Amino acid sequence: MGALGIALVVLMVAGAIFADLLSLYEPDRISPRDRFSAPSMEHFLGTDHLGRDLFARVLHGGRIALSVALSSILISLIIGVALGLVAGYGPRRLDNLMLLLLDSIKSFPTVMLALALVTLFGPSLTVVMVVVVLVTMPGYARIIRTQTLALKESEFVTAAISLGAGTPRILRVHIMPNVIGPLLILASMDIPVVIAIEAGMSFLGLGVRPPTPSWGAILNDGYAAIRESPWIVVAGGLPIIITTLGFTFLGETLRDVFDPRLDTRR
Amino acid sequence: MPGIMTKILEVEDLEVAFRIGPAFGIGQRKELLGVAGVGFDLDPGKTFALVGESGSGKTTLARAVNGLQAISAGRIVFDGQRIDDLDARRMKPLRLRMSMMFQDPVGSLSPRMKVGDLVTEAYRIHGIDVDFRAETERLLSLVGLSMDVTDRFPHQLSGGQARRVGVARAIALNPELIIADEPTAGLDVSIQGEVLNLLNDLRERLGLAMIIITHNLHVVRHVADRMAVMYLGRFVEIGPTDEIFSAPAHPYTAALLSANPEPDPDRAKDRIALPAEVPSLLHRPEGCEFHTRCPWARQDCGDEIPEAVIVGQRRVACRFPLERGERPPADSPTDPPTK
Amino acid sequence: MSLPTVNLLTIRDLNVRFATERGELHALRDVGLDIGKERIVGIVGESGCGKSTLINAILGLLANNGRIDGGRILFNGRDLTRLDPKSMQALRGIEIATVFQDPMGALNPVISVGRQMRNIQYRSSLRNKEKDARSVAMLQRVRIPDAKQALHRFPHEFSGGMKQRIAIAMALMMEPALLIADEPTTALDATLEVATIDLLKDLQAGIGCSVLFISHHLGVIAELCDEVVVMYAGEVVERGSTSQVFNHPNHPYTARLLECDPARQAKRTRLLPTIPGEIPDLRHRPPGCIFASRCADHRSACQAPPPEIEVDNGHFARCIHARHHDENSRSRRP
Repeated sequence: MGALGIALVVLMVAGAIFADLLSLYEPDRISPRDRFSAPSMEHFLGTDHLGRDLFARVLHGGRIALSVALSSILISLIIGVALGLVAGYGPRRLDNLMLLLLDSIKSFPTVMLALALVTLFGPSLTVVMVVVVLVTMPGYARIIRTQTLALKESEFVTAAISLGAGTPRILRVHIMPNVIGPLLILASMDIPVVIAIEAGMSFLGLGVRPPTPSWGAILNDGYAAIRESPWIVVAGGLPIIITTLGFTFLGETLRDVFDPRLDTRR
Repeated sequence: MPGIMTKILEVEDLEVAFRIGPAFGIGQRKELLGVAGVGFDLDPGKTFALVGESGSGKTTLARAVNGLQAISAGRIVFDGQRIDDLDARRMKPLRLRMSMMFQDPVGSLSPRMKVGDLVTEAYRIHGIDVDFRAETERLLSLVGLSMDVTDRFPHQLSGGQARRVGVARAIALNPELIIADEPTAGLDVSIQGEVLNLLNDLRERLGLAMIIITHNLHVVRHVADRMAVMYLGRFVEIGPTDEIFSAPAHPYTAALLSANPEPDPDRAKDRIALPAEVPSLLHRPEGCEFHTRCPWARQDCGDEIPEAVIVGQRRVACRFPLERGERPPADSPTDPPTK
Repeated sequence: MSLPTVNLLTIRDLNVRFATERGELHALRDVGLDIGKERIVGIVGESGCGKSTLINAILGLLANNGRIDGGRILFNGRDLTRLDPKSMQALRGIEIATVFQDPMGALNPVISVGRQMRNIQYRSSLRNKEKDARSVAMLQRVRIPDAKQALHRFPHEFSGGMKQRIAIAMALMMEPALLIADEPTTALDATLEVATIDLLKDLQAGIGCSVLFISHHLGVIAELCDEVVVMYAGEVVERGSTSQVFNHPNHPYTARLLECDPARQAKRTRLLPTIPGEIPDLRHRPPGCIFASRCADHRSACQAPPPEIEVDNGHFARCIHARHHDENSRSRRP
């Protein structure tokens, strides 16, 4: 299952990186003569209502989807880990303050949050990323906080303190490596969620602005013509499914790799 | 300092208080004394044992001495310097000279660090530039481990090996004092001796002073020069180990010594039985705190707190210290002993 | 000792293997022991000696990757290795009860003690009131103060020693024929430990059950048990009455183990004895004597499986050096 996950992820990432080489057409080249062409050797996934090659759009859309997902998750991880460590290891009062902050962010409904931000700043990729960070980060921070709290009193941390280790070293050397594993698993499983958020926002016209290719935008384009030309929806939906499966399988595999104690060697 | 030799450690009237409650605004804020006023000192190169049952405060006391636990009263003086009021930064240089071994052999090692890094961690913390590999080899050979283990994680070690790694970490910086909390806990009998021999050997070779915390009295007899018996956070008896073993003067010491099952089926067991309920630290008994379980307790033992009396070279917190081999009176006022 | 006792539990040639990723682990080899009716038998051994595997084999609770590979476990004449899971389940808790090191393993933290003790008697036709009366009587027997009140309390309201007593009370509620006690006093302080041992002794005599008592603490075994079985690396290396084994150990492992106990050193010593070396890898069990690699006395003959020699009436040792008692005392090796 891990191998399949890696294969699917590699496939999507390679497609996104080499999008220019793999596709025969520019993703936003409009060709009214080729409107609604069914998949063929010329257009592997067919074309949309403006005659744009869907294969090219899917590959280039992958760039957006993956870069939004990876960079926003990364930002989310960095902020989440930092806040979590501070909340878990710092003084009690700071912890309470952090929890209040995280819970308030988390209690905000995603759709409302997205709508509010779009109204304020207009639809853009940055808004999508901010939404993703706000949605995922509190969960990460909470996980890190809980585990840090548990480890704070553990004997090996006390032992390090008694050797003279300061707080930065304790956090970096003794706590981080022991709490980061489960988080990375969770984050890898969150990537498809983020892709869905990006697609969803673009579908609603709240994400990337046309004509930039995005899986959500493709779905939106196809939705209007779903009876006559169903391949457009397929072209938008298929990569989302593949990516979701790929990262989920990968996450499952990471779970086994990350815990050395599950290793039966002795 | 009186005497020629400077004490490596002096502890005076040490108290550690814990605050309890209120939870959700319910209940009263209470304070309990985990360590309730103890004092002892230690000469360089000597071993002092703290003995007591769970909850007696021996680990809290050790952690306080090591600066891991804030104290609420008293003084701790290390090599002439008062250390109980130092912050982490000013405590750091002292950590070079005093180290601690923790109870759980495996659990006190950071689970994602390899043995090689664990052993030399102290050098990294204090920014001491050494040849890490050579130091690892030196330390591992001192504790009787081969270099094969350097790439292992703690969970890949046996209990005895993990304990040796803990010893290696503790002696890395050539400390003058080692505090060992239950150094034989969780180890098989055949390994316990190895660890104790190792500690004894290192103590002699490196001139270390040691505080050993244990509930195993037999261990104490073989390694400690002096010992203290703790009960509810206080010393009930403190003095030379030989003296205490040959004639315990405090009833609790006597009971503890007699409660030690010995691997000799023919030995007559004239055991001093104690009622099982240990008083809570939140509700300390009045007067002598041991009188509720003491087989020798007299009518007025609950009236006043006993002053420490001198018996031989010992201090004993009992108004009626025992004679050698004294048996409990037949009509002991406590619960009928078992059997 | 010479009286022919009827055995409650007889184990013969028991072998247990576990399938592991790195090959098959031969956890128990040719284990044999007897537990007479109303006897207290101790099993002593260090980590990895197979104590827990043996208990699980008796209880029919081996892990999924483990299997009994030959041998018999006769309990009251029935071979437990051939019993179907359902009859085995009916046996557990009723005829064979267990007490573990951590009493919280036996106590449900969210149910009151009284209700738990009532639940154990689910097969009895007594009414709840009568069941409770029996529970109170049992709690009194294990010397829980205020037994009636204790029924309404929850496990966490009791101290560690009290919890272990309650666990013992629950185990003995149904008056089992055999009580298996797996390190029940290890987590207790010395004064509580001896009190618990005395209690177990009294209860055993009162109920008339047999006890299989597992411990690594030699002193506890010496004090409590009539007979002792010494295990090393999944084999029984020596067994006999407690005084036979402790006073005349015939297997070098037993002898060394006894030496190692700091309590056995009459004089204060700076250098405590130890047993150098480690338990062999049970995936590659040596064909000969299992202790040979750590034994100071090993010979080339030790490469072959050692016979179990009866050195005295009921006293067996699995060592080629073992000699019959009279012989032994005459020509004791230096």
